[in-house]
Amino acid sequence: MMAAKPRLSAHPWLIASSLALLTIFSVGSLPGSAMAQDEGGASPSTTPQILNVTIGYLTEAIPEPPPLSLVEVVAKDKGLAGAKVALADNNTTGKFLKQSYELKEKTVAAGGDLKAGLDDLVGQGAKLIVADLTADRLLQLADLPEAKDLVIFNIRAEDDSLRLKDCRANIFNVVPSRAMKTDALAEYMAVKKWMRWVLVSGSNDADKAYADALRHSAKKFGAKIVEERTYEFKAGSRRSDTGEAQIRKQMADLTQRLPDYDVLAVADESEVFGEYLPYRTWDPRPVVGTQGLVPTAWHRSQEQWGGMQMQRRFEAAAHRWMLERDYSAWVAVRAIGEAATRTGKADPADVHSYLVSDAFTVGAFKGQGLTFRKWNQQLRQPMVLASPLMMVSVSPQEGFLHQRTPLDTLGYDEPESACHLNK
Amino acid sequence: MRRLLMGTLGWTSSLFSVAFLTSVAAGSAQAFTAYVSNEKGNSISVIDLDKMEVTATVQVGERPRGITLSHDKKQLFICTSDADHIEVLDLDTLKVVNTLPSGPDPELFTLSPDGKTLYVANEDNNMVTVLDVDQGSVASEIPVGTEPEGMGVSPDGKWLVNTSETTSMAHFIDTSTHEVIDSVLVDTRPRYAKFTPDGKFVWVSSEVGGTVSIIDAATRKIMHKVTFEIPGVRKETIQPVGVAITDDGKTAFIALGPANRVAVVDVASYKVEKYLLVGQRVWQLAFTPDNKLLLSTNGESNDISVIDVADQKVTKSITVGELPWGVAIR
Repeated sequence: MMAAKPRLSAHPWLIASSLALLTIFSVGSLPGSAMAQDEGGASPSTTPQILNVTIGYLTEAIPEPPPLSLVEVVAKDKGLAGAKVALADNNTTGKFLKQSYELKEKTVAAGGDLKAGLDDLVGQGAKLIVADLTADRLLQLADLPEAKDLVIFNIRAEDDSLRLKDCRANIFNVVPSRAMKTDALAEYMAVKKWMRWVLVSGSNDADKAYADALRHSAKKFGAKIVEERTYEFKAGSRRSDTGEAQIRKQMADLTQRLPDYDVLAVADESEVFGEYLPYRTWDPRPVVGTQGLVPTAWHRSQEQWGGMQMQRRFEAAAHRWMLERDYSAWVAVRAIGEAATRTGKADPADVHSYLVSDAFTVGAFKGQGLTFRKWNQQLRQPMVLASPLMMVSVSPQEGFLHQRTPLDTLGYDEPESACHLNK
Repeated sequence: MRRLLMGTLGWTSSLFSVAFLTSVAAGSAQAFTAYVSNEKGNSISVIDLDKMEVTATVQVGERPRGITLSHDKKQLFICTSDADHIEVLDLDTLKVVNTLPSGPDPELFTLSPDGKTLYVANEDNNMVTVLDVDQGSVASEIPVGTEPEGMGVSPDGKWLVNTSETTSMAHFIDTSTHEVIDSVLVDTRPRYAKFTPDGKFVWVSSEVGGTVSIIDAATRKIMHKVTFEIPGVRKETIQPVGVAITDDGKTAFIALGPANRVAVVDVASYKVEKYLLVGQRVWQLAFTPDNKLLLSTNGESNDISVIDVADQKVTKSITVGELPWGVAIR
């Protein structure tokens, strides 16, 4: 379909362009004060400063269960693939500024030595770390003396505790918290006037945390949880050749004899049963939460605001569609790129101060620039609400207002948080 | 009916409205035709600007976005983005008579003033493709930043400015050597580049940054940034995209995306004089050749708004196809 044509690679081109012709922004220049030379003029005083930025990607080899549905993609490079695409984007920009970006990856064994992993990355020059870790491991990493002066980007742990009390000066939370997600959902439920919820939770810690977030959001936006139920995982419940009838009966039993309600909110982060609920509930009710209508930072149906370009670029590079963790990793690496592009610096202290400054914003296919909350270093962002194949809505919903930005209607607000970073 | 009504009102109310009446009369005499690409409709809507109605809808290749007229105004070049080429629509027969290679995912392009060269932004592969129109062949490819989109050529044809959205730069390209000579960092997600008629300045809109940077074309310094503020409209929804400047160089119109407004800017003072309410998610703009009318494409309301330039008033909206994107008028 695509005509085969010669491609120029960036590298020879870069050499071919004489340094004198390529005008470089002075290191430290801010937007609007871009340095420029006279046409074709060579000036030795603007000899380019080469900036090499090394980014570390640290993860732990924790096995993740396969998705319940065969349709869902099984990704072994979830997160990392997004970081790689952003790295290429940074390098495309960087070639005009004599900046280059490198990514160093490190996977520690499950329960393995995080310090050794970090030492390895720092030894290779990485002082900006993308952390694909759970909350407890993330805190272990951030609290290492070696990590004190680094900048760590959390792209995985959605725990509200990391935004409410366990904040760290060296952690930037790129992934949305659970409360941001469930608030996004609750705003949409309020718009729809679907205010009577039944909450069905799984029994793992993550499921319980998501259920807590749902309860908090219901209260915040005036929805009522009319009844709560718990689903206990039993061996044999999962998909099997003969399991269809059994699953249907189980889900009907689970949702039988409930008071009148509008939606069934499910908290099943472990993906044990939530995907079985739609169309199998006793009463005909929509399913929302971790399955059904899902609040998420990214969805494969997101084509607005240039999203199509991101989806295509990602799919061409990773040969699968972009998942939420890929998106968070992409934003983290692009935030680093934005700091380096705009300031000409990439030391952790410089990156940190730029990311929490008013000057920082990163475009990330959400129709508005994204920024960090200063008090807990959480990325503000609109949340997509999506059914399996389609974006349904985007929160914050119209009419939900906040003194700073409507985005701060999502998640715990500053007065609710014990974190007071960057004061 | 509507036009008649407005005309009658104009006759009885004010001098301004008389000017409007004149413009309609001029439009009738010249019978301008507008062409609008419908990104999701995979079609081109043909609009008779005398009758103010759609007279034909032509099916074209997948995902038509940027469109521009040939030098002789007999053909329309169409970036059919998902078909990965440029289609050439004969405007007398309304048939696609040719396709031109463009590189993958052509989004927006600009024609050199002599009509011989099309400069195409390839959104998916970070390239600007230089296309020889007569030969129908690719003359060169120029590596630029991530997600190239905006394309502006200087009136003398010597300079091409391309904007790259994720890189947030305006790349100044020497059209004789096809090399990027300079790259100016602007605010986030630059979408459009437009030279002033005297060739001295380039206006670059930043969609997410919410500003328009005015760059001195000789020194490549940002001289000024136009910002926008509309009472009752959320700042985040003010997203500048299309820029149109009158031939006399005095007035600029800027499409503000989901703010559903077109800003009117006095070029001399950079002051925003007015915001015109148009359809939803306004992106691209084009003048009639006499500069009396300006059309805006409104992606979400599937229509175009007709703006009376002298009056600075929206006089009409016309429903076109699904997700209107680009507009050209002859």
